[in-house]
Amino acid sequence: MPAKEPVAVVGVGQTKHVAARRDVSIAGLVREAARRALDDAALDWADIDAVVIGKAPDFFEGVMMPELYLADALGAVGKPLLRVHTAGSVGGSTALVAAGLVAARVHRTVLTLAFEKQSESNAMWGLSLPVPFQQPLLAGAGGFFAPHVRAYIRRSGAPGTVGSLVAYKDRRNALRNPYAHLHEHGITLEKVQSSPMLWDPIRYSETCPSSDGACAMVLADRAGASRAPYPPAWVHGGAMRSEPTLFAGKDFVSPQAGKDCAADVYRQAGITDPRREIDAVEMYVPFSWYEPMWLENLGFAAEGEGWKLTESGVTELGGDLPVNPSGGVLSTNPIGASGMIRFAEAVLQVRDRAGAHQVAGARKALGHAYGGGSQFFSMWLVGAGPPET
Amino acid sequence: MSATPASGAPSAPEVPRAPLVVEFPFTRSLGPVQSAFLTGLRERTVLGVRTAGGRVLVPPVEYDPETSEEIGDLVQVGTAGTVTTWAWNPDPRRGQPLRTPFAWVLVRLDGADTGLLHALDAPGPDAVRTGMRVRVRWAQDRGGAITDIACFEPYENGDEGGGESGGGNREGGGGNRHTAGHAAGHAAGHAAGHGKAGGPANGEGRRVDPAAPGAGRRAAAGPRPHSGAFDDPVTGVVAPARLDYTYTPGRAQSRFINALAERRITGERCPSCRKVYVPPRGACPTCGVATSEQVGVGPRGTVTTFCIVNIKAKNLDIEVPYVYAHIALDGADLPLHARIAGIPYDRVRMGLRVEPVWTQGGRHPDHYRPTGEPDADYDTYRELL
Ligand SMILES: [Zn+2]
Repeated sequence: MPAKEPVAVVGVGQTKHVAARRDVSIAGLVREAARRALDDAALDWADIDAVVIGKAPDFFEGVMMPELYLADALGAVGKPLLRVHTAGSVGGSTALVAAGLVAARVHRTVLTLAFEKQSESNAMWGLSLPVPFQQPLLAGAGGFFAPHVRAYIRRSGAPGTVGSLVAYKDRRNALRNPYAHLHEHGITLEKVQSSPMLWDPIRYSETCPSSDGACAMVLADRAGASRAPYPPAWVHGGAMRSEPTLFAGKDFVSPQAGKDCAADVYRQAGITDPRREIDAVEMYVPFSWYEPMWLENLGFAAEGEGWKLTESGVTELGGDLPVNPSGGVLSTNPIGASGMIRFAEAVLQVRDRAGAHQVAGARKALGHAYGGGSQFFSMWLVGAGPPET
Repeated sequence: MSATPASGAPSAPEVPRAPLVVEFPFTRSLGPVQSAFLTGLRERTVLGVRTAGGRVLVPPVEYDPETSEEIGDLVQVGTAGTVTTWAWNPDPRRGQPLRTPFAWVLVRLDGADTGLLHALDAPGPDAVRTGMRVRVRWAQDRGGAITDIACFEPYENGDEGGGESGGGNREGGGGNRHTAGHAAGHAAGHAAGHGKAGGPANGEGRRVDPAAPGAGRRAAAGPRPHSGAFDDPVTGVVAPARLDYTYTPGRAQSRFINALAERRITGERCPSCRKVYVPPRGACPTCGVATSEQVGVGPRGTVTTFCIVNIKAKNLDIEVPYVYAHIALDGADLPLHARIAGIPYDRVRMGLRVEPVWTQGGRHPDHYRPTGEPDADYDTYRELL
């Protein structure tokens, strides 16, 4: 018996992400995603051994410890219920905690779920609390990240249009994903490029929306995988890394923690050339320019070269390294769930269940999330076949 | 690390304090079950939900805690009930149901199997006991919220199935009933204590005739099925949240703030990696050691990167567009964040040399402006980006 149990993803469920789900409570929202994941796995509440839930900071929705109130809705009564929190990367780290429980043979079948109801929250102000004795300068995440985008453009020499190419691609990909929030049928590159400049160099159309949504997955051991009605995805590697928000020598353009996290995942998965060996990537791109930035950080391109993959169409759905075929965070952003959606979309690709945004023949896919001030990273690599043991 | 201050460590600064209030009006979509419950309160109807096992949960939930199944089998329960446990609150705070001291109570309403948390208006802890009978006092103005129940009030010899007061369409109304409730509770607590006092003050309300069949037993108040349907249902509520803090910035930040008041900008050098942190935080985040050596930095510095903000923030008194910049002050090893002015926003650039502009009485530089020096070479600040 191998030291670790192989971990399979046997069920995936999402809500249709929208600006406001006024018809359901938070409990009703998470329930919908969880039920769909169970249905995908042909399992019921009684089959679940433990529940691992994640969401963004409590301040966003003003619910302290939402996991307490959601125990009923998630069928967690009488079972372990854990809550994970790592800012925007939380959806990814939540899935990794769940995977660890199966890998360690603590539990055999684990439901993991993440959500956000941004319509009922104050994410903008929750991120920008006034602090006495400090000069208030900024509100929201865009202004925080825009200077780092400018630094990337300066450092790489990328043409100013690269960000708009990413947004144009992701919004078109979203048209193929029925669960995506934004379905901009009349989208054109010109519309993206003429949208208002919010935090120069970030334009309106290059920013993520505010969404209500939830995403859930059912993780199982090898025996559970053999009973699953559809092909499972197998976890070949997973890792988390953190670093301080601000420190002397911090590289906001390509944080060391992100590089280390990716290297760990590739080592676990036996990946030596990610650009050739990985078939699809779901990465956390809340502002368009983060695609070329993360392409470099994750080792798909040399430093300063990531934008060339974007510009040459490599990251398009038909390219040889499709990035965010689902439409990504740029099209759907229920913050706490956004990381898990990346992980789940990677799963759908290798299970050949991504529908109209399926990357043909995808065998290995990377799910990636980051959070805080580019300080929390979580990633997993999933494959169509079980990992070699 | 030693608890003894290192020699040469600065003396403890005067630490400023300030109130910090964090307040948001959060909204909540209710979903079908909570919508029925809160709309019911508006209509002076208390609804519960029946589980697969036959228990009646009040307040109702959407999912069965035992089977995890979705439930929506609503029933109407009584507006009087029994206190199952309580705690006296001698000092009510902002936003609590009553301004005078009251008891927090769990009330098992007649027909329910669970306790509803609410406030009991009683003259003192001696007037409250587990097992006492209480009834709803409705708020005068009801809009579909838990506060539609103003509070509970003693109802010591009220039989099960009866009792409610307030709401303004009965004689006396909520205000007068308040007094009656006090008197009744007081009398019950001291004179009888077993719910048999039978004072005239308790004879009001929709009391069940003790002679009627089934009176006083739970069957009399048995929950009745309810569709949960009301005209103009409440689908969402606003839930204001507020946290009151007293903020103290700590010693390192306080030294920084106090120096700013003298128009000096100070950092702290890490004894291990020698990096200078501005603003200082009392410890080096990479080495994990305390920092104490004070280092004057700036006042001039270099814009390493920036963005142009075009969105007017509702809580910021800054006209747009404005430039939000990272500035590496001379002698500092990481940039601080500040606003650039004194130059058209579209002429700000990376490498621009700037200096602070102070205002009378300001606790920090109002903004930074160009010094007129030549721009810094990229290689001098690329490591600080
Ligand atoms: Zn250090």
